[in-house]
Amino acid sequence: MVLIAPLGFLGDYQLFRLTLIATYALALLGLNLVMGFGGQISLGHGAFYASGAYTTAILMTSAGVPYWATLPCAGAAGAALGFLVGWPALRLRGHYLALITLALATAIPQALKCKALEPWTGGVQGVIIDKPGAPFGLPLSPDGWLYLLALAITAVAFTLVANLLRGRIGRAIVAVRDHTLAAEAMGVHVARLKTRTFALSAALTALAGSLGALETEFVSPDSFTVFLSITLFVGSVVGGVASIGGAVAGAVFIVMVPPLANSVSRAAPGAVYGVILIACLYLMPSGIAGLLRRAAASSWWRKRKRGGEHVA
Amino acid sequence: MLRRRRLIAAAAGGLAAPWVARAATMPGVTKTSIRIGQTMPYSGPASAYGVIGRAHAAYFDMLNASGGIGGRTIELLSADDGYSPPRTVEETRRLVESEGVSFLFNGLGTACQTAVRQYLNGRKVPQLFVSTGADKWADPEHFPWTVGLQPSYRTEAQIYAKHIQREAPAAKLAVLHQNDDFGRDYLAGLRDVLGPQYDRIVIRTASYEVTDPTVDSQVVSLHESGADTLLTAAVPKPAAQAIRKVAEIGWHPLHYLTNVSASAKAVMVPAGAENGRGIIAGVYFKDPTDPRWANDPGMETWRSFARKWAPEADQADAFNVYGYVGVLTLKHVLQQCGDDLSRENIMRRAANLQDLEIPVLLPGIKVNTSPTNFHPIRQMQLARWTGTSWELFGDVLEGSA
Repeated sequence: MVLIAPLGFLGDYQLFRLTLIATYALALLGLNLVMGFGGQISLGHGAFYASGAYTTAILMTSAGVPYWATLPCAGAAGAALGFLVGWPALRLRGHYLALITLALATAIPQALKCKALEPWTGGVQGVIIDKPGAPFGLPLSPDGWLYLLALAITAVAFTLVANLLRGRIGRAIVAVRDHTLAAEAMGVHVARLKTRTFALSAALTALAGSLGALETEFVSPDSFTVFLSITLFVGSVVGGVASIGGAVAGAVFIVMVPPLANSVSRAAPGAVYGVILIACLYLMPSGIAGLLRRAAASSWWRKRKRGGEHVA
Repeated sequence: MLRRRRLIAAAAGGLAAPWVARAATMPGVTKTSIRIGQTMPYSGPASAYGVIGRAHAAYFDMLNASGGIGGRTIELLSADDGYSPPRTVEETRRLVESEGVSFLFNGLGTACQTAVRQYLNGRKVPQLFVSTGADKWADPEHFPWTVGLQPSYRTEAQIYAKHIQREAPAAKLAVLHQNDDFGRDYLAGLRDVLGPQYDRIVIRTASYEVTDPTVDSQVVSLHESGADTLLTAAVPKPAAQAIRKVAEIGWHPLHYLTNVSASAKAVMVPAGAENGRGIIAGVYFKDPTDPRWANDPGMETWRSFARKWAPEADQADAFNVYGYVGVLTLKHVLQQCGDDLSRENIMRRAANLQDLEIPVLLPGIKVNTSPTNFHPIRQMQLARWTGTSWELFGDVLEGSA
C-alpha cells in the first residue's frame, strides 16, 4: 500500500525513477541469487538484461506481440541463454566463471550489431518501441501504469525467491556455496543445481531488462555495453550481496548515485562516483542491507527475531 | 518553482497581467533567465567529448557576466549520460519534467539522441543542434522538433563524389567503411550523387568492425580490385592503419579520408606523416593547431575567450572549437527570438537561419536552415595533407539536396 501511494502525488518523472529502481532491484535479485547465495561471480548479467530487453523490443515491433505477452518470453529467453552459458561455464570455478561472463557481456553489444540479425535488431540504430498505456481504462498515465506493473512483477519475484531460498532448494544452494564437497556428499547434484540457479538468475535479470526496455522505449547495442554488467555488479555488492533486501538497496544506489556524482562535479563525475563507492564499501563492508541488519541486531528487536527463528 | 508559477498563473485567471499569461506558455523562461538542458558523456567510453559541454558552460558564464541575452541569463543544466541511451532518457526526462528546461541543446551521441527523439517530439520540446554526424536528424517531416548541426556523413560523401566526378570522371573507386550507420552513410552519399554511375565507378567496397585488430586484409583486397581512387570512412585507429598499409603495398590511389579522422595528432602522425602525403579530407571549421589561423580575427576572439573563461581547456583540442560553433549558433537563435521565447518560436527561428556566419567556420561556410532544410552546415572545403599539415584548396563545396 505504501508503495502504491506515490501514484497519487508524484509526477511522471518521479514515477519513472521509482520504476527504474524497481526494475534494477529485480535485475539485482537475479544477480544476488548467483553471487550471494550461489557464491559465484558474474560480470555478465548485463547480457541477460539485454536479452530480455531485445526480446521485448523485437517481439513488439517485428511480430506485433502485445507488450504484456513479451514479458514471459523475455524471462524464457534469459533462462535459455543463462542455461546455455551456465551449463559449460559452471563446471569452472571461481575466477573463471567471472571471466566467461565478462566475455559474454563484452560480446553481446557486438553480436547485436551483427548484419544477419539487423532486420530485427535494427543494428546500431536500435529499436524504438512505444510505451504501453494503462489497460481497463485505469486513470493512470503510462508512467504510472508501468510503475504499478514493475512493482507488481518485482514484488512477486521477491516473494517467490524468498520462499525458494527458505526451502530445500535454498538450503542446497547455500550448502554448495559453503562447502561443495559436503553438499555433494549429502546428495546434492552440484552441477545441475548450479546450472538451474544460474538460469533462474538470468531469467529474473532478463525480465528486468524487458521492463527496462518498456520504460526507456528504446533499445540499442550502446544501451547494454559491458558497463551495464559492471554497474549491476557494483549495485549487488554495495546493496549487500547475500541478501534479498540488498537488491533493493543496490538498485537505489544504481539509480541515485551517478546523477549525484554529476551534480557534485561535472569535470570528473567518475572520480566522485569512485569516492562514494569506496566510502560505501569501507563504511558498510557487508552492504547497505548488512548495515541495516546490524543496526537491527543491536536493538531489542533482535530477541524477537531470534525467538521467531527458533520456532521456525 | 515552475509548477508554482504555473499555478499562480492559472489561479490568477482573468486577472492575470499579459506577461503572466505569456510566461505560462514559455516553459523554462522567466523575465531574467532562460533554463536549457543538455546531455553529455562526461563519464564513460566517450568522455573525451565532454570537452564540448564544458566549452558551452564557459561561454554562457561569459555571456551571463555581461548581462546574458536580451536581459536574460542562460542557465545551462548539462547532465552526464555516460554515453548510455537509457541514462540519456532518464536525464532528459529529469531536465524536461523536473527541471522544466525550455529546450535541449547539442546533446551528444547518435544512439543517445535517438533514444529521446520520439519523447521530445511528442512533447514538442526542441532538440536543437544535436551533436552527431548521422544524416537522420534532418527529417523535419517526421521530427519537426529535432535539428542537427554539423555536415552529416552523407553530405560529406556527396561532396567527395562531386569532386571525383569533376576531377577524375573515369575513376575506379574503392571504399573502406566501418560496418555501421556511420560507414554506410558514406555509401548512401556516394549513391546520391553518382546515381546510375555508382556501379561503374564504385568497383569494390570492404567493411571492417570497430573491434577488428587490423584492416590490412581489406586494404589488400581493395588494392587488388584495380581501383585508382580510395575513400576511407573509418574512425582514427583503423584509418591510420589503412593509410600505413596503403603506403606499405606501394599503392598510390587518389585517397579521400573522412573528416572524423582528419586529425594530424590522432591519425596522420601515427600513420607515418609521409605515408599520408596527398590525402584529401573535407573540413568545415578552423583547426586550432593550423598556423594559418594564428592571427585570424575569428580564432583570436575564440582564443581570448578560452584563455579567460576556460583556462583549463586544451586549446589544441578541436572539440573546443566545435563547442564554440554550436554555442554561437544557439546565441544567434535566442537573439532572433527576442522576447518571444516560446518553444514554437525557438524552433521556428532555429529552422530559419539565413547565411549565418560563425567566425570559426572556414571562410565562405555559412549556417543555413529552412522549414524543409534541417542540415544547418552542409558545406565543406577540401584540404590536402602536405606531410606536416592540412592545406586547404579549391572552393567551398556543398552537398546535394
